[in-house]
Amino acid sequence: MNPVYYLYLAALLFTIGAAGVLIRRNAIILFMCVELMLNACNLAFVAFSRLHGNLDGQIIAFFTMVVAAAEVVVGLAIIVTVFRSRHSASVDDASLMKL
Amino acid sequence: MTGALAAAASTTSTGEAVQFWVLGTVAVIGALCTILMRKAVHSALCLAGTMIILAVFYLANGAYFLGVVQIVVYTGAIMMLFLFVVMLVGVTAADSLKETLKGQRWLAVLCGLGFGILLCAGIGNASLTSWNGLGQANSGGNVEGLAALVFTKYVFAFEITGALLITAAVGAMVLTHRERIERARTQREQSEARVRTGRNVPPLPAPGVYARHNAVDIPGLLPDGTTSELTVNATLRARGQIRDVSGEALAELAALEQRSERWLGRGAKGGGAAGKGANGTSANGAVNGADGDGADGNGENGAHANGKGADERSQDAGSHKGAAK
Repeated sequence: MNPVYYLYLAALLFTIGAAGVLIRRNAIILFMCVELMLNACNLAFVAFSRLHGNLDGQIIAFFTMVVAAAEVVVGLAIIVTVFRSRHSASVDDASLMKL
Repeated sequence: MTGALAAAASTTSTGEAVQFWVLGTVAVIGALCTILMRKAVHSALCLAGTMIILAVFYLANGAYFLGVVQIVVYTGAIMMLFLFVVMLVGVTAADSLKETLKGQRWLAVLCGLGFGILLCAGIGNASLTSWNGLGQANSGGNVEGLAALVFTKYVFAFEITGALLITAAVGAMVLTHRERIERARTQREQSEARVRTGRNVPPLPAPGVYARHNAVDIPGLLPDGTTSELTVNATLRARGQIRDVSGEALAELAALEQRSERWLGRGAKGGGAAGKGANGTSANGAVNGADGDGADGNGENGAHANGKGADERSQDAGSHKGAAK
């Protein structure tokens, strides 16, 4: 087996996450799909790190994790705030600025 | 350079291949379940499984630090945060299957397929037969190697990351914080307000007056057999999770009336109702009243009668009691 297969798996997971973002309407599940995409990128970075034989890819994946954690904290806080004012977590209901 | 090329490998061990194919399948299934499950809790659990498998893949790829961090940070912290928010926002809030844009779901699947084929074709184009393993880079230890890079080459990004984390923590607190506008009423003030308005001065009646039905989602019954909304928690009432057993109660009351009429010698009907009324419990305390030994049965009914309970039926039962004495 070649470690390139990890890249294929990462591509597959990223695609599933992207399709989930397009399909689902619940804001929390949208966030989960974004997390899935970030994780797929991390897997690709780790596989690249092994292919290249240096640790820079792992550093990038580490920073991705930190940024993902910050993003999730702020995003979930926004979801909770929106839910408080609208009593719904659906992204379709947040259409106040639509013409 | 020649040394690095000599260390280049062209295939992994069979164990890793087996691990990849087994766990990779599970990871893809978990990812699919994440986007296909209707309830957010199920999605979160499937995603947590996928993340744990990814942690195993990190470990297999020589990223020991990242594998542990993945478990601790992702499945330990981020997914728990997700579950926490799912519980806060409402577990019952399943996604609606109604499409707001016509044909959007199929278009999204089509886009996903095209994107995936594009990505895989790009990877397949770069035919790679040999690679440098991490053996040399990890020779001094994976964590030590990462630390050397983080604190030299990437030290500026690392410091920026600290600022980002602080901003995120403050931002989350600012976003979710709600200032209390008025002072919270004390228990004393609440009880005084209750007495002043004159409504619900004693504690609210308990749910489930039956001995058989004492669950919190079953409303207590008024003396005429209808349910009392006051006895059920407001949250359950708002969710509509109330189990109504008033139909049974009304049937038992009808049987009781037949029995009492027969006892008074008023009606010739109601021969077979005695067997049904005999297994009635404390809710039909008037049975005891009619038999002459249960004075508290009527008192209990009177406590639950708020307004419409004082009908002629309970008065009727009271007169039976007097007749029995």
